[in-house]
Amino acid sequence: MTSATAEGVAESPATPPVSPGRKSVTGTRRMVAALFLLPALVLLGALVVYPIGYSVVRSFYDSSGNGFAGFDNYKDLFTDEGIRTALKNNIIWVVFAPTVATALGLVFAVLTERVRWGTAFKLVVFMPMAISMLAAGIIFRLVYDQDPDKGVANAVWVGVHDTFAQSSAFPKAHPGRESPLVARDGGFVTRAAVHTGDTVSLPLVGVAPDKMPEDAKRAVAPKADPGKISGTTWQDFTRGKGVGSLGAVDASEHGYAGMRIEAVDGAGKVVESTKAADDGTFTLSAKADGARLRLPASNFKEPYNGVDWLGPSLVTPAVIGSYVWMWAGFAMVLIAAGLAGMPRELLEAARVDGANEWQVFRRVTVPLLAPVLGVVVVTLMINVLKVFDLVFIIPPGSSQDDADVLALELYRKGFAEDQPGVASAIAVFLLLLVIPVMLFNIRRLRREVRR
Amino acid sequence: MTAEAEGTATAAPAPAPPPAEAVKARRSWAARLAEGVSGGLLRAFLLLVGLFWLVPTIGLLLASLRKPEDMSASGWWNVFSKPSQLTFDSYQKLLENGDITDSLWNTVLITVPATVLVVLIGSLAGYAFAWMDFPGRDWWFLGVVGLLVVPVQVALIPIAELFGNIGLFGSILGVVLFHVGFGLPFAVFLLRNFFAEIPRELLEAARLDGAGELRLFLRVVMPLGGPAIASLGIFQFLWVWNDMLVALVFTKAGTQPITVALQTQVRQFGSNIDVLAPGAFISMVIPLAVFFAFQRQFVSGVMAGAVK
Repeated sequence: MTSATAEGVAESPATPPVSPGRKSVTGTRRMVAALFLLPALVLLGALVVYPIGYSVVRSFYDSSGNGFAGFDNYKDLFTDEGIRTALKNNIIWVVFAPTVATALGLVFAVLTERVRWGTAFKLVVFMPMAISMLAAGIIFRLVYDQDPDKGVANAVWVGVHDTFAQSSAFPKAHPGRESPLVARDGGFVTRAAVHTGDTVSLPLVGVAPDKMPEDAKRAVAPKADPGKISGTTWQDFTRGKGVGSLGAVDASEHGYAGMRIEAVDGAGKVVESTKAADDGTFTLSAKADGARLRLPASNFKEPYNGVDWLGPSLVTPAVIGSYVWMWAGFAMVLIAAGLAGMPRELLEAARVDGANEWQVFRRVTVPLLAPVLGVVVVTLMINVLKVFDLVFIIPPGSSQDDADVLALELYRKGFAEDQPGVASAIAVFLLLLVIPVMLFNIRRLRREVRR
Repeated sequence: MTAEAEGTATAAPAPAPPPAEAVKARRSWAARLAEGVSGGLLRAFLLLVGLFWLVPTIGLLLASLRKPEDMSASGWWNVFSKPSQLTFDSYQKLLENGDITDSLWNTVLITVPATVLVVLIGSLAGYAFAWMDFPGRDWWFLGVVGLLVVPVQVALIPIAELFGNIGLFGSILGVVLFHVGFGLPFAVFLLRNFFAEIPRELLEAARLDGAGELRLFLRVVMPLGGPAIASLGIFQFLWVWNDMLVALVFTKAGTQPITVALQTQVRQFGSNIDVLAPGAFISMVIPLAVFFAFQRQFVSGVMAGAVK
């Protein structure tokens, strides 16, 4: 398999049964063995084993360390607001981060086998493994910047959004003096009802020249059409003092191209709606007879500003995204190694039997890779439990609490809030979560050591 | 993803599947066209993903090469239209900043000993577990393996107290020792498994030549263990170099490595971007160089450590 353990101790069956396992070639001198082992065992004992015991004991004492607290610190795990948020976020992390990273790794590993520059691709995806989580945090703080003019995530997002949802918004447009329009519900509505054969003027002011739609043309005054209602909506403003007449279309004034116009009857129901042409003109049929015309609020909302990636609701998914960026390469490399060791004949046989590529992937590749996928997911889960730096660095102060995870909460409780008892309880809790993996590792190895 | 293959997917089990060559020869031009299109789509997809993976790092690099005024005005991609914005000013200022250069040096002072010690102590123990006889050998080894998954967080509070009591708190030695302690389970695990595969005859031959235990270790085992030692060394080097949490807890002003020094600037992210972007990039240069120079060893280290 993929780990060094699996390479094992491969003792040849020809070895005489006299020596079970590897025997010393130098004869047994326990003093020497002890000397070789001493530095490692002392350091492990003092720095890894002792802290485990200490944490367990400490978790039963109060913050001063003098009073026995029983299970109070563990109760805090489920009652303390901060820890509960952390716990909730940890569950989201453990469920999503390893699975997304592994799924991407699997897809990349399978697909890169088919292109000649697959190695270069793998190098690019694997590279983030080599850098610190602090650097990755700084990188993604830049990526997630809220301002679409600075953060690349929002720049792309807003670009895509504006391509599909053409925003014909006229932020800050409002009626000028002596306007036939009055404000209502964020939009504007005519004071009087309109009738067929009428011409309607819907002038507004206040849209900055550079915010006008690019396809806006010179406004054209409406022409009366019996049986229909025709009108114009335009920017009733000509630069300069005393130039242009109020409420009338002047030579240099532009139509509100794409402005949405609704005809609303007495009951407030929309009976017809249309959009202004590039020159600001529009027509409505006889259905709108007797209705009032409304420029709904959707015309006037602020331009789309992208997603608040690091706001309270999205901050955890956003940080998980940066984690996946770092660790998908890890999954990819392990899975690619598993793929390389896979019997090619099986895949070929399936193809020859008429399976298409998806079926080969689903029915042959994935089942054969199952052990590797398991190792990757479990490894990432353990890794995710310990995630600290990214959560510490990426969220801005305002959403730090919403992004909290246990490893960070342990640090806060232990070193910022002076509650070592609660922090120790979190530590013991984290340790309990990894004990199944610990036992699994030991069992797996025991079989090999005993060979 | 050939059209032909889909067509026959439900066919009854053929008595003898035709050889692959024959299938290929029968492919129609339509199937080949479909293959070409899907191949093109695949390449486009992978290219896009690769770009997606590179953009964040490129963004940091370009951000570090712009003036802070430019950074607060617009995004880094504007350098493509205004290449004149590129400047090494931020780097120059950063390298004149004593705090940052000191912290870079601290990173070296922490990383090098922590790596050397783990390799050395881990090799001694790995050899003992692989080739020496003593009671309970396998149990001791399994105990060490069990420690592989212990999260560092468990040790932060106890060791902070311990170091406080013996005067190691805030010292570089303390951070080094902590990293060695938590690096050892993996080191022992990796090296013991590798050493155990050294052919017995080699060791016996050296033994017959009169080599003692130490000589055997230094002259035979260590050189033969080269690949595993390289993997371990690179892995440990990157791990310690990139660490922030341990250093955050155990260092104080003056012994901070670069990660901690930069972390203190993150709270005012926008206004410190001229320190953070080049600082982060400088801190990445060494790990990236190590990564590109020793990919193979790094990958095998990562694979062996898949449980850490």
